[in-house]
Amino acid sequence: MIVVAALVPLALIVRDAFTDRLGANPIEAITHRTGDWAIRLLLATLAVSPLRRLTGWNGIIRYRRTLGLLAFSYICLHFLIYLVIDQGFPIQGFALQYVIEDIAKRPYITVGFTAFLLLIPLAWTSTKGWIRRLGKKWKALHQLIYVAAALGVLHYLWLVKGDRPTPVYYALVLVALLALRALPQSRGAPRAGDRPPSPLPERALDPS
Amino acid sequence: MRIKRPYDISSSEITSERLYWNRRQFIGTAGAVAGAALLPGLAPWPPLHVRGEGEPRGEDDKPNSYEDITTYNNYYEFGPDKRDPSRLSGRFRPRPWSIVVEGEVKKPRTFDIDDILQRYPAEERIYRLRCVEGWSMVIPWNGFPLSKLLDDVEPTSQAKFVAFTTVYRPSEMPGQNTSILPWPYVEGLRLDEAMHPLTILVTGLYGKPLPNQDGAPIRLVVPWKYGFKGIKSIVTIRLTRTQPPTTWSLAAPNEYGFYANVNPTVDHPRWSQKRERRLGEFFRRPTLMFNGYAEQVASLYAGMDLRVNF
Repeated sequence: MIVVAALVPLALIVRDAFTDRLGANPIEAITHRTGDWAIRLLLATLAVSPLRRLTGWNGIIRYRRTLGLLAFSYICLHFLIYLVIDQGFPIQGFALQYVIEDIAKRPYITVGFTAFLLLIPLAWTSTKGWIRRLGKKWKALHQLIYVAAALGVLHYLWLVKGDRPTPVYYALVLVALLALRALPQSRGAPRAGDRPPSPLPERALDPS
Repeated sequence: MRIKRPYDISSSEITSERLYWNRRQFIGTAGAVAGAALLPGLAPWPPLHVRGEGEPRGEDDKPNSYEDITTYNNYYEFGPDKRDPSRLSGRFRPRPWSIVVEGEVKKPRTFDIDDILQRYPAEERIYRLRCVEGWSMVIPWNGFPLSKLLDDVEPTSQAKFVAFTTVYRPSEMPGQNTSILPWPYVEGLRLDEAMHPLTILVTGLYGKPLPNQDGAPIRLVVPWKYGFKGIKSIVTIRLTRTQPPTTWSLAAPNEYGFYANVNPTVDHPRWSQKRERRLGEFFRRPTLMFNGYAEQVASLYAGMDLRVNF
């Protein structure tokens, strides 16, 4: 269900591409739209745990990994569009030099690329087998999602010109989601002591 | 190219400006002595526009479609997204309209837009437009050299810069109700840049009146500078002694300078300026120095460090 819903934006992008509805700069349009959905899905992933605590709906946790992997998929797509379609790698061989320069010298690209790199091991170790194998280390490792989400929001904040509100909204949502984690445990939600010792049943990207 | 001669003589901006005023005095004197009949022959600079001068040449620079030019706009007064100006500018009224020309001029004057259209017949200028964001278009503008209007108000010898202001109408321009930029939008040029024959005031494109989203009823186009220098919907033109403030450099002084000349060797702090995407093309193409107009304008900046004066 969630997978189908989350693929709708991608389907719409493909439809618009084939019906010439992406505007005068279609490459920019698909870059921005995949980036928008990447950050939205990343924040949705981070919203799962607070929602569980607030609503007491424990079953929601099973969607966390799915959302995280969907976010990662959009991030991959976003990066590949930048690399292959926007910059022209590898068809234009010299494009790699521009990409490396971008990553090294443009802070917004540096942080965006870092977020992408940080998420690779999380996606890789999102399977049951890896959760079992890593044990307690899994949770520590997957706390990297906080760093990646913060870098993702920064990526957007540093990209825009002028005081545009949209990335600020995402930053506020992120801060709110992190703040909710700092709140004392409320009634109805599982207390720390109630939690199963192993993260296995949670089987997701987001550690808390 | 005829315009090169006066620049070849002078190497610094100050000299070229002094020469410019000397030229005016010379013409004035000559005119007084020899009579008006001689004037056209004595005024080779700024030259009357030769159609096609500074135009992009060859298959490389085909004009973008009217649709592209009117649906992909940076005009934050109507919103920050590229499509906002075409969608949200319907309520804007480009008539009646007047432009105040004031400051260091001997003949300050308020022009009605229809006066301007009559007085300064529009010619077609096909120019490249390079946005600081790394995309570009080719646009067939209709307009006239700003120098013609400035000549008519007679700048004083104190005039060194030209300051422009966009109309402030929050009721018709929804973006002006947000704080995305300080309003109204202001821009400026050095006087010699403003007098350059490539610098035009634009009143139309593709032979049609300028659409609201492109800066109706009258805007500035300086083809060797990044697009944001081309201030839209102008209501005041003020000649000044000192360098006027410009909106983007007020908003982010480390990112946008006063000059804003297209320059592939000076990167914007947040993105590369080495290449650009010409709308309608798949691969990025190299960005040209002064947007390909170096032959005409490079001498304006002789001796200046363009990394400092970005």
